[in-house]
Amino acid sequence: MDNESQYSGYSYKSSHSRNSRKHRDRRDRHRSKSRDGSSRGDKSVTIHAPGEPLLDTESTRGDDRDDNWGETTTVQTGTSEHSVSNEDLTRVSKELEESSPLECRRFLGPGLGAVLGLFALVTPLAFLALPQLLWREALEPCGTPCEGLYVSLAFKLLVLLISTWALFLRPPRATLPRFYVFRCLLLALVFLFVASYWLFYGVRVLEPRERDYRGIVGYAASLVDALLFIQYLALVLLEVRHLQPAFCLKVVRTTDGESRFYNVGHLSIQRAAVWVLDRYYSDFPVYNPALLNLPKSILSKKSSGFKVYTLGEENNTNNSTGQSRAMIAAAARRRDNSHNEYYYEEAEMDRRVRKRKARLVVAVEEAFTHIKRLQDDEPAASSPKHPREVMDPREAAQAIFAPMARAMQKYLRTTRQQPYHSMESIINHLQFCITHNMTPKAFLERYLSPGPTLQYQRENGMGRQWTLVSEEPVTSALSQGLVFSLRRLDFSLVVTVTPLPFLHLGEEFIDPKSHKFVMRLQSETSV
Amino acid sequence: MSFIPGQPVTAVVQRIEIRKLRQGEHLILGFSIGGGIDQDPGQNPFSEDKSDKGIYVTRVTPEGPAEVAGLMMGDKVMQVNGWDMTMVTHDQARKRLTKKNEDVVRLLVTRKSLEQAVKHSMM
Repeated sequence: MDNESQYSGYSYKSSHSRNSRKHRDRRDRHRSKSRDGSSRGDKSVTIHAPGEPLLDTESTRGDDRDDNWGETTTVQTGTSEHSVSNEDLTRVSKELEESSPLECRRFLGPGLGAVLGLFALVTPLAFLALPQLLWREALEPCGTPCEGLYVSLAFKLLVLLISTWALFLRPPRATLPRFYVFRCLLLALVFLFVASYWLFYGVRVLEPRERDYRGIVGYAASLVDALLFIQYLALVLLEVRHLQPAFCLKVVRTTDGESRFYNVGHLSIQRAAVWVLDRYYSDFPVYNPALLNLPKSILSKKSSGFKVYTLGEENNTNNSTGQSRAMIAAAARRRDNSHNEYYYEEAEMDRRVRKRKARLVVAVEEAFTHIKRLQDDEPAASSPKHPREVMDPREAAQAIFAPMARAMQKYLRTTRQQPYHSMESIINHLQFCITHNMTPKAFLERYLSPGPTLQYQRENGMGRQWTLVSEEPVTSALSQGLVFSLRRLDFSLVVTVTPLPFLHLGEEFIDPKSHKFVMRLQSETSV
Repeated sequence: MSFIPGQPVTAVVQRIEIRKLRQGEHLILGFSIGGGIDQDPGQNPFSEDKSDKGIYVTRVTPEGPAEVAGLMMGDKVMQVNGWDMTMVTHDQARKRLTKKNEDVVRLLVTRKSLEQAVKHSMM
């Protein structure tokens, strides 16, 4: 925002500093408010990375703009291979979460997963190598069958490696309040498998110094098969199970009533919350707190009521109740005309917006006619008397911005969008549109309708904090009638779950020859 | 003018005799008909009972032979020269009316006002 000062007459800068000052005061109030919120009885889990301010620093009035889903605190982010969700584990995970401090949990998940994965991949090779190293002379030579097993082992390990890389080695996009139960279960399963294989290997092969090498190779091959099957299980549980839609989620924003309906599959509440927030950032129009309130002129009229005077009576208690009752009755009987004023105010507002929009459109159209893309085959200077200077997109954008600046500013003021578009961002967008040969209408689409929240986010590495508030434990699966909400500092999203109806699909066969028609006759003949 | 299937139809009719007028090589009567058992009775604006598939007079040309003879728009034609018109197709009706060797057609037509006139006169 600081480089707006090149246009000294421009009032964006002043409005921004006013807003940020206002917001700095608001920030302190919000900090105390949210601290009280987390001590409430219902299970609301908030994650605060240590040393991070509660409000993102770039936010002025709508702090929803700077929303990057990069995670700041990692709880169960996985480079691990496997995870499984099981409702019974919520108890265990709850105890675990309460007992261990935050710093341990941050590294527990990914570290454990990585170690276990590596261990599991190296084990078959170790099974093969150990006899060769320890008692090579005593081993029976095995010919072709062993080589076949070697090749199949190698390829299966390769497939395991590639699919692990493809499925699980992805940077996670969210930190969940509780353990990702599926993942934990799969980790436990892998650990059990590999441990039991090592146990049997130690007892049956290492101790008696087994000489049948082909059997050992077969044993290693069976471990790799088992690992492949576990990976199949992980694929189904993590990636495939939630694809078939089973529930319909209604997401309503509490401040302005924007709502959407989404179809999801079988998910736990926390995963569904992440899913909903993904869709929120691209579907919901940005939250503009300035558009919420009725103009003060309408609401202030209501406050004028009747004044009731007491004329020196002794019985005060009776009088007060009678007084309030009289006031209520009088207020009810008074004709309330505020709806009338609201209607006219809305009509007036519409008219004003349309007028400003018309001016803006005309100004932008005219501005765009001032520049033209230079074709390659045209000479740069058309004539010696009027040399045209060749500009790059940035300069061209700045050149044509001046005639439309005033109309743009007035329009943004009227629609209360001016916090979201600084002058710098408008010029950047103009430059972008010019570079890609866009028409004025394409340039304006960004300003004429409020876009999704993702459009206004700033590029920074901090994550967005949301609080998941629910009465059920957040690792339980979605079920009918469940309600949970995702709270942000000044608004929240309330999510209601309804199952999709079971469909009875019937069949009716229509013979294509059965389509026959007759004319409806009403002729009139003159005789 | 409603009919009950299976029962004989009773109606108060008026006898109208129309002399055909020669126009060029055609003999015209000066009115148009609509209806018939092959037509859609729901479209008939003149019938009381919308399932009545009889022949109705839909238009009478002014100063034509039909108007002179007293035919009015909305009349239902019951007989033409003795031939029945209550259960004929549209084309059969047209043919009965436009026979080239007949100069005069005698119609029996019925309309609502006839019944009312008879009722009034009987009271």
